[in-house]
Amino acid sequence: MEDMMPRRLAASLPLLAFPAFARAAEKGMPQLDFANKLLISQVVWLAIIFFALYLLLAQWGLPRVASVLDERARRIKGDLDAARAAKQTADDAIAELNAAARHAHAEAQTAIAGATERAKHEALAHASALDARLKADLDAAEARITAAEQAAMGALRDAARETATTLITRLTGLTPDSGTVTAAVDQALAGRAAG
Amino acid sequence: MAAEGSAIDALGQFRLGHGLGDVGGAVNFTNANEIMLLAGGVILGLLYFGMKPRAIVPGRLQALAEYLYEFIYSMCIDQIGEEGKRFFPFIFTLFTFILMGNLLGLFPYFFTFTSHIMVTGALAILVIVLVTLVALRIHGLHFFTYFFPAGAPKLLAPLIIPIEILSYLSRPVSLSIRLFANMTAGHVMFEVFASFMLMLAGALGTLGYAVALGPLALNIALMGFELLVAFLQAYVFAILTCIYLHDAVHLH
Repeated sequence: MEDMMPRRLAASLPLLAFPAFARAAEKGMPQLDFANKLLISQVVWLAIIFFALYLLLAQWGLPRVASVLDERARRIKGDLDAARAAKQTADDAIAELNAAARHAHAEAQTAIAGATERAKHEALAHASALDARLKADLDAAEARITAAEQAAMGALRDAARETATTLITRLTGLTPDSGTVTAAVDQALAGRAAG
Repeated sequence: MAAEGSAIDALGQFRLGHGLGDVGGAVNFTNANEIMLLAGGVILGLLYFGMKPRAIVPGRLQALAEYLYEFIYSMCIDQIGEEGKRFFPFIFTLFTFILMGNLLGLFPYFFTFTSHIMVTGALAILVIVLVTLVALRIHGLHFFTYFFPAGAPKLLAPLIIPIEILSYLSRPVSLSIRLFANMTAGHVMFEVFASFMLMLAGALGTLGYAVALGPLALNIALMGFELLVAFLQAYVFAILTCIYLHDAVHLH
């Protein structure tokens, strides 16, 4: 940057070769013409204008920009915070949802296990009740069979005794002693049953 | 810009005159001061009309105003440090004032006040006085150790101290001459090429108009270059001020 200045001044030096330019340069640079009081007055006005500009910028112009920039930074920060809070809420909701789902799953598992257990118990109770009823029915039937058998046996005994008595009476004409007949029939029946 | 006869009056554009009519004449208000007022008006106008919408998503003018603000603000903070906030309005004023002076000077018939060594010198002296006052305010008499770096051999003191003082005092000189010389050289070249164009057209007739396209093309290229220089020199002035302020605040 700094070396630009001498190079550019040097570049304009050959122009002095033009007689016209040389004649103009002879008058000297107006910037260094200190006889001109305007040279001083422009600096005084420069000071006034620069100071006024500084005051206006420092007091009014720059705070004006700063307030907008601050407001934007605040707004962006607020939006970011809101977004972060919303994300937090969403995360919490998701966590809650997951927890609820896990809880429901566990509850369902418990309920299923309980129901299965209950059903097993009921089935067992049902089966044993049925068993008992069937056994009772069987016992009753057996008792009935036994009773019928005994009844049948009793009837057979009576029939056999009467038949024996009648046969003896017809053949011998004697009336046999009922005790003897009964003993003989019982003996025969016992022998038959043993046979 | 006037080619008086065959003489190229390249320096006439820097001659001061009265501004603002009779009232300005009575108080020696110059045509340079007119452009200073205009520059200040443009800066304040940019901030007024640019920031008027106060939009969250800025429009073009607001973006320009905000960009200018943040550009200089970050320059202050980066160069000076946290203390840079206090000097920000001053740096902003300095940068925009010089930038506008350079840019407005590129318009034909507009006076370039940054081409006056008195103006750039006054600004440079303002900067150096401010820097010295800030250093004295913050560090008191300890400020004078600035001219003798800690750890330097005591024997060399008679050599180092005058050199340091000289380099300190040469700051406003280089600051003011850099800006003044850049602007003056650029505008002299504008004037020379433009006058040369008119001379060619006047002297050679139809052929001259064709040949005059050469200096015209040069001036167009020069305009692009001068736009760069306008920004660059304002930036250099502002950033050097920041660097000097950094030295004043932190003493090396």
